Amino acid sequence: MQLGVVVGTVVATKKNRDFDNAKLLLVEPRTLDDRPAGPALLAVDGVGAGVGERVLVVLEGRSAGQAVGRPGAPLEAAIVGIVDEVELTGE
Amino acid sequence: MQLAKVVGDVVATRKEPAFDGVALLVVQPIAADGQPVGRTLVAFDSVGAGVGETVFFVRGREASFPFLPAEVAADATIVGIVDHWDVE
Repeated sequence: MQLGVVVGTVVATKKNRDFDNAKLLLVEPRTLDDRPAGPALLAVDGVGAGVGERVLVVLEGRSAGQAVGRPGAPLEAAIVGIVDEVELTGE
Repeated sequence: MQLAKVVGDVVATRKEPAFDGVALLVVQPIAADGQPVGRTLVAFDSVGAGVGETVFFVRGREASFPFLPAEVAADATIVGIVDHWDVE
């Protein structure tokens, strides 16, 4: 999975019907020390995340679809958690 | 998924029979600020997108799902047309 920050929202009226009522959020991937790690990706929100929140994104189709209650949907990214804290205790 | 701009289309007369009637479009992935990012690629279209539109597309095995039960060998498919997006 990937850590990221929600940076925006996307509105799309015309879309595959498997996305009906889905909340689409732009997530900027981040490294463990919170630096940007690549261009923003688009994920379906499964946990009620909002702009500015640090989130956990699953990047695998089958799991992502199941996580947001849309098994078999043509999606491969879903927000599955809002991160409170990441603690690194190993070296 | 990723945001992208449709920048062209691909005409291929001789192709996989399963591709018949499915549009092939050239898309340029874009970042949250709308700037191009990475290389262009060819994607199938499942929503009636056209050149100039901003879309989002899915990669991987899931790209074939919109065409089921047809078995289309897709690895990238446009699944939505973006009305607008907001970045804060």
